Amino acid sequence: MALTSVSAPETTTSAVTVEGLTRRFGACKALDHLDLTIPWDQRIAILGHNGAGKSTLLRIIATLLRPSSGAVVVGGLRLPEQAGAVRAHLGFLGHQTLLYEDLTVRENLVFYGRLHGVQQPVLRADELLGRVGIAARADDRVRGLSRGQQQRVALARSIVHDPQILLLDEPDTGLDLAGADLLESFLRDDHGQPRTVLLTTHNVERALELAARVVVLWNGRVALDSPTCAISPESVARAIRGES
Amino acid sequence: MSVTSLPRTREVDRVAPSATPLIDRVLQGALLVSFLASLYLAFIYAPTEAVQGDVQRIFYFHVPMAWLAYLSFFVVFLGSIVYLWKRDQRWDIYARCSAEIGVLFTTLVLITGSLWGRPIWGTWWTWDARLTSTLILWAVYVVYLMLRSYSSDPARGARYGAILGIIGFADVPIVQMSVVWWRTLHPAPVIQLEGGGGMPPQMLVALMVSLVAFTLLYAYLMRQRVQIEQLRSEIQQLEESEG
Amino acid sequence: MSQVSALLWKDLVLEFRTRELLGGMALFSLLVLLVFNFAFDLRVDNLAGVAPGVLWVAFTFAGVLGLGRSFVAEKDRGALDGLLLAPIDRGAIYLAKLIANVIFMGIVEAVCLPVFTAFFNYGSISLDILVIALLGTIGFSAIGTLFSAMTTNLRARDVMLPLLVFPICVPVVIAAVEATALAFSGGLAGNQLRWIALLAAFDLIFGILCFAIFEFVVEE
Repeated sequence: MALTSVSAPETTTSAVTVEGLTRRFGACKALDHLDLTIPWDQRIAILGHNGAGKSTLLRIIATLLRPSSGAVVVGGLRLPEQAGAVRAHLGFLGHQTLLYEDLTVRENLVFYGRLHGVQQPVLRADELLGRVGIAARADDRVRGLSRGQQQRVALARSIVHDPQILLLDEPDTGLDLAGADLLESFLRDDHGQPRTVLLTTHNVERALELAARVVVLWNGRVALDSPTCAISPESVARAIRGES
Repeated sequence: MSVTSLPRTREVDRVAPSATPLIDRVLQGALLVSFLASLYLAFIYAPTEAVQGDVQRIFYFHVPMAWLAYLSFFVVFLGSIVYLWKRDQRWDIYARCSAEIGVLFTTLVLITGSLWGRPIWGTWWTWDARLTSTLILWAVYVVYLMLRSYSSDPARGARYGAILGIIGFADVPIVQMSVVWWRTLHPAPVIQLEGGGGMPPQMLVALMVSLVAFTLLYAYLMRQRVQIEQLRSEIQQLEESEG
Repeated sequence: MSQVSALLWKDLVLEFRTRELLGGMALFSLLVLLVFNFAFDLRVDNLAGVAPGVLWVAFTFAGVLGLGRSFVAEKDRGALDGLLLAPIDRGAIYLAKLIANVIFMGIVEAVCLPVFTAFFNYGSISLDILVIALLGTIGFSAIGTLFSAMTTNLRARDVMLPLLVFPICVPVVIAAVEATALAFSGGLAGNQLRWIALLAAFDLIFGILCFAIFEFVVEE
């Protein structure tokens, strides 16, 4: 399932390329001439203090926000012009679950499956429900689930179309213990192949555990960019605080 | 020059405080001349209308202002389309400023229409086709200005305004048509004398000159208003780049 | 356009499951009729002139109430993002919402109209009326759906929606009221056709325009 205008992942240099990305909200600059390149199949954790720009960056790559200036290229497709084509290959989990509270768990997944053009949405929904361990509550309305359970359903929703690139905005908040263990299994696609994953988190230890590369944002710019094996949690924490 | 001395301001860098660009001075001059001319023509030169008397002279201001209101809103329409297409903030400024001026003129059209109707029909308002459509137009663009000011994020306000600017103007011909048909079904006092059959040439001249005067007024007001907005936007950008 | 039907199914199921909106809208329309009865003291001599207007005030006021809520399901839990993340045309989201709104407003009208004819002992339910109601509802909802998406994000959203919708929809109201008056009183068919044509033209023009422009409302 390669991206439509790309013949094979190897022929484009990277999954995501961000150049000079700036995003303003009124007078406030959330991202300030940010540069970042993410190769295929890499797992990258993005950390930073509140307001450093992590969620904004993710939402721009997810095509939910337009850049104020700068270039964003996902799988060889430029945003925002080719945003439509990009969406088929992105999965996104944000701060909110994006679920309809008065539909059942299964109905939510089938609905999103149909929206994303999944071939057999009901089968796919049941398969995912099994994977996240929530099959028992499949016919309950989302409203009646605990936060942790809802987060698991939201996780399932984000990969209903088996995307090549997965964007997770603080996926571990609200996830119950069982769900946190599941997270690892979601970082691989249906065929066990690695996805390209960008996740933001406040938890430095988990970031170093899950990701191969860690980037720290400070006031909309990159303050630290290192493979996780080459850096200590203390250095990361210092970068988050804006020191060194 | 010694390194410890302050840099001197060069003569050419100082901007003369009261320098006005040539085009503004030409505009001001033309405006003055055309308004004086149109006042003369409207009040002295043009003949007194047989039925309505001197009150009819409001026509020379009421009609051009209505024309200008439509021109303003057409500019809003154009500005909105180009803004959504190019995302260039200048076009949003043109649209917004034109809307403000348009609302001003529309308000004046309603007031002059009311002042005209009162001595003739004895009522402050009549639901004739022009006044009714103007009232609806007024409502749409007042809401436009409210929409702009209720948006907390200026980029969003610009986008929403552009959408209303397009839909509002697209509605104008349909509103006209529906109001005119409505009025032919349920006739009411008509407020103005359309150009039509019997307008003597002197009246036509007075009307045309007044039209020119008001168009120049629009251009002048637009320039002033747009300049203020552009300065404001520049200041904002300077503040941001320092932050 | 199976995605439009998926979206539409979702809106219909949500509404019928919670029934928050329809009951309120229908009751509100009946209350409007009640208030007008007192306001105009609708005796037979006044009736023909005033009644069609009363009916359409009831329809449009209840309609605005419903339109105001049409994107509320998406506002909670950020579900609008969920729709925007899907590889579908923005216009498809608009279309599905429009159809849902027309259905909801139509249901309210279907309740209100018979009650109207009973309360005031005036008017009839004929094919003409159904066509006029349908066209008027489509026009009103086309504008209303677009602006409802817009106002969901604004301060003072409950005030802004009627302010946006009513001036733009004046032609719909005029045409619908005039056509309804002619249908009730059995007036000139030619005139009635003219108003119906205006409604159809409005629906077509603004249906297409709003469909095309909707993406600019939801992008950020």
